[in-house]
Amino acid sequence: MPYQQITIRDHSSESNLFTRRAFFAFIFVIILILVLLSNLYHLQVEKHETYKTRSNDNRISVRPIAPNRGLIFDRNGILLAENRSTYSLDVLLEKSGKPDKWLKRLADLLVLDDDLQKKFSKKFKRTSRFKTLTLKNNLSDQEVAKFSVNQHKFPGISIEARLTRFYPYGEALTHALGYVGKINKKELINIDQAGNSANYAASYDIGKQGIERYYENELHGKVGYREVEINSRGRILRTLKIDAPIPGNDLILSLDIDLQKTAQAALIGRRGAVVVIDAKDGGILALYSNPSYDPNLFVHGISNKDYSPLITSLDRPLINRATQGRYPPASTIKPFLALLGLEDGLVTEHTIINDPGFYRIPRVKRKWRDWKKWGHGKVDLSISIAQSCDIYYYDLSYKLGIDKISDFMGKFGFGESTGVDIHEETGAIMPSRGWKRGQYNQPWYAGDTISVGIGQGYWTATPLQLAYATATIANKGIIRPPHFVMQQRVQKAAQNDIINTEDPDRPPIVLRDDNHWQIVLNAMRQTVINPRGTAHKIFKTAKYEVAGKTGTAQVIGMKEDEEYDEKKIAERNRDNAMFIGFAPFDDPQIVIAVALENAGHGGSVAGPVARKIMDKYFNNKEKLIANGQ
Amino acid sequence: MVNNPAKHSIWFRLHIDVPLLIGLLVLMSLGLAVLYSASGESTSQMFKHSVRLGIGFIAMFILAQIPPMMYRRWTPVFFVFGISLLIAVLVIGHVGKGAQRWLDLGVTKFQPSEVMKLALPMMMSWYLSQYHLPSKFKHIVIGAIIMAIPTLLIAKQPDLGTSILIASSGFFALFLSGMSWALLASLAALAPIALYVLWEFFMHGYQKQRVLTFLDPESDPLGSGYHIIQSKIAIGSGGVQGKGWLQGTQSQLEFIPERHTDFIFSVFSEEFGLFGVLVLLSIYVFIIARGMYISVKAQETYGKLLAGSITLTFFVYIFVNIGMVSGLLPVVGVPLPLVSYGGTSMVTLMAGFGVLMSISTHRRLLAQG
Repeated sequence: MPYQQITIRDHSSESNLFTRRAFFAFIFVIILILVLLSNLYHLQVEKHETYKTRSNDNRISVRPIAPNRGLIFDRNGILLAENRSTYSLDVLLEKSGKPDKWLKRLADLLVLDDDLQKKFSKKFKRTSRFKTLTLKNNLSDQEVAKFSVNQHKFPGISIEARLTRFYPYGEALTHALGYVGKINKKELINIDQAGNSANYAASYDIGKQGIERYYENELHGKVGYREVEINSRGRILRTLKIDAPIPGNDLILSLDIDLQKTAQAALIGRRGAVVVIDAKDGGILALYSNPSYDPNLFVHGISNKDYSPLITSLDRPLINRATQGRYPPASTIKPFLALLGLEDGLVTEHTIINDPGFYRIPRVKRKWRDWKKWGHGKVDLSISIAQSCDIYYYDLSYKLGIDKISDFMGKFGFGESTGVDIHEETGAIMPSRGWKRGQYNQPWYAGDTISVGIGQGYWTATPLQLAYATATIANKGIIRPPHFVMQQRVQKAAQNDIINTEDPDRPPIVLRDDNHWQIVLNAMRQTVINPRGTAHKIFKTAKYEVAGKTGTAQVIGMKEDEEYDEKKIAERNRDNAMFIGFAPFDDPQIVIAVALENAGHGGSVAGPVARKIMDKYFNNKEKLIANGQ
Repeated sequence: MVNNPAKHSIWFRLHIDVPLLIGLLVLMSLGLAVLYSASGESTSQMFKHSVRLGIGFIAMFILAQIPPMMYRRWTPVFFVFGISLLIAVLVIGHVGKGAQRWLDLGVTKFQPSEVMKLALPMMMSWYLSQYHLPSKFKHIVIGAIIMAIPTLLIAKQPDLGTSILIASSGFFALFLSGMSWALLASLAALAPIALYVLWEFFMHGYQKQRVLTFLDPESDPLGSGYHIIQSKIAIGSGGVQGKGWLQGTQSQLEFIPERHTDFIFSVFSEEFGLFGVLVLLSIYVFIIARGMYISVKAQETYGKLLAGSITLTFFVYIFVNIGMVSGLLPVVGVPLPLVSYGGTSMVTLMAGFGVLMSISTHRRLLAQG
């Protein structure tokens, strides 16, 4: 090496220089290590709590658990709405692999139509690999069993159980209970605005109709939470903590499923409704509207095939006729008018009028006919109700005038909602001068009052309103508003608390003379016991004492001389049959209102429906007494 | 210094530096334990890693047998060979992860920049050891040019991490050769200009993004800042005692990116806490101290400079890696030496320790010659 020969190197000074530099370098290394350490100290000691929290936020996810919806029972503890396990087939996309690998094989085991398969394959492509998709809802027991045996052949596919609503009595209770269904967009917005979104975080269903809708808040319950550990892709690895949901309140209805089924059976083949009320507390014992439909169809989302007949049917099964049907009350309102006549002093118990079969008001040419062509002859208050004399009420209402009638009937709840605990209710129409002005921009004519006098013309009422008014008259003015829910059972960890439904305080109707109640009630009793009474034939064999009033309402207008001939008139133009009644006469327990569309005479058609229900009611009662209760 | 052959142990005759060997073995055992956790308890990765450790030890052992004189003789050839490979990789290299770093040799893929990790410090030591220390300004300039060639070629691939490592190995040789403090100070003053040139002309978009993210990781928590934030959460949540082996939620639940390679330190500090970090850094300091001791004890300037710059470069690995995962430095692809899972860099590091052992155990022969 040439350089070594030319220069004499001072190895020791070079070595010392290097050692110094190496020492500096090493010191520098130590300094930098200390810099690293101080930063790590900062992270791991000073900011440890912050990072610990953030680390937990990363890995812990809080998942909501849906509460069990409260159950609904009838007054005897029979389950009317329950929660059943239904099974769905869920696919964990990460594990299942592409559907073309297994969907065909799966279709050999389960019922999977082509449409469903196509939809799923499409969804699969659009969904993140780490999510779960539901392939099929509401699997049959057979499908569950078949799949369970073959599950090992389908990795990532599993059967999940979920509680869904089931109504064991099907269409018998649809118009009372209503139903639950999938929460829709509008309901979601409502939930959001009410600040309830957290509580509904895991809920699929919401009450859509009837009691299910009215008591949604009470039935729903309180959401629970599950703390789970997830990985960076959101997969659940294990459960860390559970905060159990609180089930919704159970509802105990005043409804008696036995009576309800009797009402249903009595209405077979008819369009109409029956309302039965407990006279003692206003509790609804039965409320049935025919035709009805199966509420269970709506729980899983109704198919077009099932839905279109419901909306296109001329019989309109979706309408709750008991609370939404506006029927002319016809002669059933005569006892109320008689009461007003007594109150106003226009008539007494003994006032007698002559009924020649028609009525005329002064200076008006038109005749108003009685339903009995040749008239009832001499008629007092009792006969006017028992035999349903029209002329008596034409005259009475003409003399009273619409203002007094409208006011007085308002006290019995005509023209306004009863406030029953379902939202599907109309107030129907109690006409007045103001109402006609607002509705038709026309003045009230004397002739309008005449029609109102026999519960026709503009006057309409729902069967529930009629039952409510009948209960009020039977209770001599004490008002007991109708309601379905008798009690709520609050589910708590230790014991169940019972909440009794409290009646809204409505002041009683006070008459000038308290005897007027009894005069009218006696007349209603005559309807049944007088051999010429309109409901005599129906109830003469009854073992209990019934009082009531029949009604027959014209559906189409008749010319003044035209005769009604049932056989000649198209079915849908036939008269509506009405009946109101209560029993026992001395101590009213049960109140019934019946409305049947295009059925004919109130006494002969609507009366038997009431008879069947009352028979059932008193038979059951006798049985209970016989059993020593 | 008296060199009595009778005093030399079997280890000395096998050219193994025992303290260094012990340091490396302790470090690697710790590394294997962390890797087991960081790979999600994957035995196949453990096996592959062990195989590479074995290859690394064989490389170390073979290179330790070659006397430093031999290295010095072949240094220029080795350097020119390394430069040719770097040029080759730019022309025909294999594109992986958006960068041309690999040469496909048919049997295996090979990263020529790894060769340069040894070739450059050798070349710098070879060149500087021919003149008196401290090196004259002229030689410093020529040394800087020698060092710039591979650095720029690698930066062009682009591989910022490796080019930093290469550049530092060259710089350490210059520093150890006695480059004047005045010159160092003026270089430090010029650094901002150099950074500007680097930023404007040599850095790629993704590298710039990494630097920007480093400056404010929380500005883009779901984008490029995500890695740094998750890594800091892992380290910070480990606390003093750590969450325990295999118990790190950040790592086991896969919140830490690249958890078994570049970010393995985050896994380590999450599971073993500040105590574990102190132990790990102590082992590293021990290895560095031993390397510096070897360089000081080396009898020839070439050996001194080479041993010194290899050891200090080893430290740069540690500093850059820990600095980046703990948010002190921008994210550049530098593994945690001998702990991160990864092929060639481990073999290169072990080769470097082989050269250190050669320098440490061939003193007697030099003294006689």
